[in-house]
Amino acid sequence: MAGLATAFGSGAMTNSITDLGESDCFLITGTNTTENHPVIATFIKRAVTHRGAKLILADPRNIELGKFATIWLRQKPGTDVAWINGMMNVIISEGLLNEKFVTERTENFEALKATVSKYTPEYVEKISGIPAGDLKKAARLYAKSGASAIVYAMGITQHINGTDNVKSLANLAMLTGQIGRPGTGVNPLRGQNNVQGACDMACLPGNLPAYKKVTEAADRKPFEDVWGVSLPDKVGFTIPKIIDAAASGAVKALYVMGENPMMSDPDVKHVEKALKNLDLLVVQDIFLTETGNLAHVVLPTAGWSEKEGTYTNTERRVQRIRKAVDAPGEARPDWEIITLLANRLGANWKYASAKDIFEEVRKVTVSYAGITYDRIEKEGIQWPCPNTEHPGTQILHSAAFTRGKGLFSVCEHIDPAELPDNEYPLLLTTGRILYQYHTATMSRRSKGLVSRTPQPFVEIHPDDAAKLGIAHGDKIEVSSRRGSIEVFAEVNGRCDKGVVFIPFHYSEAAVNRLTHTAIDPVANIPEYKVSAVKIRKVA
Amino acid sequence: MVITIDGKKCEFTAGQTVYEVAKANGISIPVLCHHEQIKPVGACRVCVVEVEKARSLVASCAMPAEDGMVVHTSTPRVLSSRKLSVELLMTQGHHNCITCESSGDCVLQDLAYSLGIESPRFGEPETYRELEQANEMIVRDMNKCVLCGLCVRACNEVQVNQVLDYSGRGPTAAVGPAFGLTYENSDCVFCGECVRVCPVGALFEKQGRFQGRANDLEKVRTTCAYCGVGCQMDVNVKENRILKITTPREGAPAPNFGSLCIKGRFGYDFVSHEDRLTKPMIRVDGELKEATWDEAIAYVAEKLGSVKKKNGPDAVAGLSSARCTNEENYLFQKFLRAVIGTNNVDHCARL
Ligand code: SF4
Ligand code: SF4
Ligand code: SF4
Ligand code: SF4
Ligand code: FES
Repeated sequence: MAGLATAFGSGAMTNSITDLGESDCFLITGTNTTENHPVIATFIKRAVTHRGAKLILADPRNIELGKFATIWLRQKPGTDVAWINGMMNVIISEGLLNEKFVTERTENFEALKATVSKYTPEYVEKISGIPAGDLKKAARLYAKSGASAIVYAMGITQHINGTDNVKSLANLAMLTGQIGRPGTGVNPLRGQNNVQGACDMACLPGNLPAYKKVTEAADRKPFEDVWGVSLPDKVGFTIPKIIDAAASGAVKALYVMGENPMMSDPDVKHVEKALKNLDLLVVQDIFLTETGNLAHVVLPTAGWSEKEGTYTNTERRVQRIRKAVDAPGEARPDWEIITLLANRLGANWKYASAKDIFEEVRKVTVSYAGITYDRIEKEGIQWPCPNTEHPGTQILHSAAFTRGKGLFSVCEHIDPAELPDNEYPLLLTTGRILYQYHTATMSRRSKGLVSRTPQPFVEIHPDDAAKLGIAHGDKIEVSSRRGSIEVFAEVNGRCDKGVVFIPFHYSEAAVNRLTHTAIDPVANIPEYKVSAVKIRKVA
Repeated sequence: MVITIDGKKCEFTAGQTVYEVAKANGISIPVLCHHEQIKPVGACRVCVVEVEKARSLVASCAMPAEDGMVVHTSTPRVLSSRKLSVELLMTQGHHNCITCESSGDCVLQDLAYSLGIESPRFGEPETYRELEQANEMIVRDMNKCVLCGLCVRACNEVQVNQVLDYSGRGPTAAVGPAFGLTYENSDCVFCGECVRVCPVGALFEKQGRFQGRANDLEKVRTTCAYCGVGCQMDVNVKENRILKITTPREGAPAPNFGSLCIKGRFGYDFVSHEDRLTKPMIRVDGELKEATWDEAIAYVAEKLGSVKKKNGPDAVAGLSSARCTNEENYLFQKFLRAVIGTNNVDHCARL
């Protein structure tokens, strides 16, 4: 979430889930909320139907929330910077900006103004396909509403310029002063249950817990004191770079805890080659995953209902999970395994419970310092929570931004790394669906969920289907320059002409065999949302 | 502003109903078709009270409190009216508590018991409706439906899924998806909100059926295993097995206030799947073979140690999971940084 951190000084969701219910206007983009964050979608749908809140939807697909939308902007995939700049162009030229906020709370406005001046609605229409009139309406609605909230997810970040997409949304919020108050803000929705926590706890190559920098001696010092070692000062590798380093032989041993890169990483063939090149691959998981199948050592762990601990949700709320049943066989909690291993390698760790570890987390992580297991026994607390009297923080940046002044960034539209051409005429976009989850190691082993989506599928527009002689339910081969998979045709109007959608949950039709490894240079997020493919009916 | 309930002076703010004021002041009035997150409709008349100067009994759940009102919640007139209402509800359907999933956690059962209704004055209807149990998640037994309408209103007002509606009148009155469709063939997304609010055993979870009811179940509060919303839920356990996931009918905490989606409510059974790994394994001659923990830990430690020695700490890398806890993620990065000595640690947030 590098984009938000640049603009505000913190990459976390600025407002809260309950707070979304108070909004007068939503700008929703790159999130199929009713499928991927269904309960957050209920807050939005209620605000629209019961309170008359307005909803601007910017999405290439005709998703469920479209039914609730006041305005639907159907941008071509990969053109987000353009239409967001376009909204700001309208806001500035019509004088709808919040000058007081811009002057008092932000910096670099002149540069922004200069950049967006060329993104007139007419110019943006050419790039994005969004009618100029709709863009103007959306800009006015967003800027003029009492409290407007931006909500986004992977559809914004999983692009080669994903960081710029996020910065652009932050620009828009600052320009209009739609931040730091109830019902406003820039709100990224996290996909998996503890993405926020994994970031806070610094499973990131450049950070120590609470976003301290590994490169700063002063940041390392408190950790070195508590941990009793001196720490490495060079930024480590991100996932895509770890995979590359494994392929080149620079990384020889890889320890994977609860992750399945064989399914979730772009370009699966490349990942497979890399993993097979390792001297040691350890996989710690509840099931034998596609990645586990390549491992030298597989360690069985306790599942979600078999251990104690905390998760931090998308609104920064630290909440308990509790042991309800015993783990099967000899499986044990991940923390126990890591402790055993650390001690075998000469450490002297004495944790006897998840709570012991959390107490250490509190000690070294300022934003978690006031949170205790006792305090969150009944209801979670939102960080920052600096001391045990502090009630937690629902809205960030209300008096000042975490970094002081909000920073406008200059972002220009660039074309996606791969666009359709004669040979590969269709634009493939990927994502999740309601009934499955991530790489589906869990959800495909649940009777109820499986019963709702038995087969891997591709969504395709009726016109494209007709041209290719494809009918609903046909078996289809989808190919890109990197590989091909077989799926069933779901002919419907959700995608625009020329665009197809495939969910990425299915191992027998791993859509990441088709995607490419072009990545955002700042956030290192792969471009899943745009690649070129061709399809044909399998005889 | 003040109203008097059973002799007690109760302060209230404009917009509060008599029922809400009573509840806030520790005076309990039974309700059936009322739910704190749903607009009151005053359908069942279980919550009636006597208001001085009002001609008839009023439904307290739908009656706004007015300054100076004097209310009595358990006069003989109230009790006999309530009793009649409950008896009528009981005789609308077939209530066989012996095998009902809701026994022990049923508003109608509690009402009949507390009002001392040994057996209702009227007979049961002749028709018996087939149960709908084709889908894997929710069973509908319309023989036990009391037509409170909470499922319809929850589907529309709370989840805004607009799947359920009322149909028919009198003896053919019913609730369900439009055109008499089954849940499975309708637009239902199996969020289970209707199951949560149903006050009786007309809608219930399928998988744990006949395996344990309210009094045998232990509820363990936890956070959903799936997406970043972090919904709070109760895992219902009997003899070391998860029988269902529920949320409190009322008074549920943030962030979800009792709502869930299909994954949270019905996606729990992966934990007891036969594919679960139960023993450490080490690859020997190309194949994964079972090993003891001691062997596995020794093997990994030895290999990590030798890679670190020969190729330096940065030849080691770790990928952690956004599905592991904070404690586990903290320890994982501490392990790589403090024990191995590398910053090569990342997780799948970007993916
Ligand atoms: S719904 Fe209630 S009253 Fe009816 S059979 Fe079930 S437990 Fe008994
Ligand atoms: S499960 Fe959800 S969507 Fe389906 S009928 Fe019930 S409330 Fe409506
Ligand atoms: S199914 Fe349950 S909630 Fe719905 S009307 Fe019948 S009793 Fe009420
Ligand atoms: S119940 Fe659904 S919305 Fe809630 S956390 Fe789980 S997956 Fe997310
Ligand atoms: S609870 Fe008041 S009328 Fe039903």
